[in-house]
Amino acid sequence: MTVKVQGEDFDVGAELAAMTGGKTGIGGVTLFVGLVRDMAGGESVSAMTLEHYPGMTERQLEAIEAEARARWPLDDALIIHRYGRLEPGDRIVLVATASAHREAAFESCHFLIDWLKTRAPFWKMEATPEGERWVEAKDSDDAAAARWTKPG
Amino acid sequence: MKILYFAWLRTKIGVATETVDLPAEVRDVGALVEWLKTRSPKHADALANSTVVKVAVNQEHVPYDHPVGAGDEVALFPPVTGG
Repeated sequence: MTVKVQGEDFDVGAELAAMTGGKTGIGGVTLFVGLVRDMAGGESVSAMTLEHYPGMTERQLEAIEAEARARWPLDDALIIHRYGRLEPGDRIVLVATASAHREAAFESCHFLIDWLKTRAPFWKMEATPEGERWVEAKDSDDAAAARWTKPG
Repeated sequence: MKILYFAWLRTKIGVATETVDLPAEVRDVGALVEWLKTRSPKHADALANSTVVKVAVNQEHVPYDHPVGAGDEVALFPPVTGG
């Protein structure tokens, strides 16, 4: 179970190999890789800068991961989130979950990415032809996270 | 008390962190935000709409009725946009 907050890029294949190497009980791994898009709200984006809250970021990601482990039978989980200046096509985030069963891997990966979008302290600033602007949080992200809230 | 600002709150206020001496009557997050507004016109502008100002005390998300004390690390920021 690993959380990494880093400026540098990551190698998805190497991370997958490290996660599964020697663990023959894993039946499946679900991977989500977030990329920087070149368009947002109809405007072209030439770069994106991610700010974070060192300390709290790691703590929140670890708490989110612990929640996923409590809800699903996971063999392993990995969250890598980058910060700093990124360009279109660059990888921003990797979430990977491994389980004996595919449903647990799919659902926990979906849960993790939805929850980190609303709980992990990162903020994006886009560079556009009109200048730099902070990305506003979307209600749809809150709605996506809310569906994982347990009733009661 | 150590106060941290992030994203557009930081750019509007002009500093990333500040250390403040808390008045005795400021005992929760809501009162703290109201008191911070009185520190400068930039603070007042950045904190004008408290519905978009989120707060973490000692690196945990908290509601506005959460207590605060002199030894706490308090961060103010807009809704997060990672992922």
